[in-house]
Amino acid sequence: MSILQAGSQTRTAQRGDEPRTARASQPSARSETEIPNGAGAAAILAAGIGCGALGILAFAGDASDALGKALSWYNPTGTLCGVTTLAILVWLGSWFVLNRLWQGRNVAMARVNFASFALLILAFLITFPPIADFLQGK
Amino acid sequence: MEISTRDLWTVLHGMGFGALFMLAFSGALAELYRLSAPGAPPQASSREQTLLHFYLVAMVILAWFTVFSGAYIVYPWYRAVPPAGVTDLAEYPRRLLLASGKTSEWHNVGMEWKEHVAWLAPIAMTMVAYVTMKYGRTIVRPRYMRTAVLGFALAAFVATGVAGAFGAFLNKYAPVRGGSTIVLMGGEQ
Repeated sequence: MSILQAGSQTRTAQRGDEPRTARASQPSARSETEIPNGAGAAAILAAGIGCGALGILAFAGDASDALGKALSWYNPTGTLCGVTTLAILVWLGSWFVLNRLWQGRNVAMARVNFASFALLILAFLITFPPIADFLQGK
Repeated sequence: MEISTRDLWTVLHGMGFGALFMLAFSGALAELYRLSAPGAPPQASSREQTLLHFYLVAMVILAWFTVFSGAYIVYPWYRAVPPAGVTDLAEYPRRLLLASGKTSEWHNVGMEWKEHVAWLAPIAMTMVAYVTMKYGRTIVRPRYMRTAVLGFALAAFVATGVAGAFGAFLNKYAPVRGGSTIVLMGGEQ
């Protein structure tokens, strides 16, 4: 089963933020309860991806001298500039793509949450120097 | 009463942006919980919604100001390399910390974690603000969305706490010094 739930019931709107059924009647109550979760899910998963990317890039930049030098885009900050700029680009890029894919749809939030929190926890752990050093065998 | 430009920027980064962002969490977390708690009114008033949106946007701006001012203004002073022959490391905090085994871990653990983990906060908080503004009270309807919003807000709080605490300790053991002097007020002799 993919994150995107197939079927006409879950695809509640073509491109708009609100499903057609919500516009037809009782706009204030129904439209609020039936906003497809796709746009929110895209933002949540993209935040997880951005955080995960930050952790992985920080870890990789520390583990590899070559990558560390490649990420040193601005000498006064060392690798921090490359790591954070790339992470922001990954975050915003993934948000844009996921939003295009999921806007107006309903997706399986449990899986989105699981992936997002896993990436967030990974970012916390992998940026913690004692754990990063342990993983690098230092 | 004088202050150096580097001290001023460090205060702005830590106390002006960072601490204000940190303080705002108590209100944001309470309001996000109240908004999405079972039994909350089905629709918040327009005034309440506008206030919450303004509050969250202000938090997002503060979060980004904090990390950018830290990374691109204060951090370069912190990690500056002393010229050859310099023995007084007071203006080179990173080297000062690494010069002694009693303080080196403040850099190796404290700063190394702080400089990266801090960036999780603005990313998480931007998402929290966007989702809350888009869905409002209905974040309780799409299942698990409330969990994600509250979870990421809490994670942003923890990341800010880690960065802020280490920042305070680092500034105690190896403060960023130097720069031109700004006279704030003249005193009596």
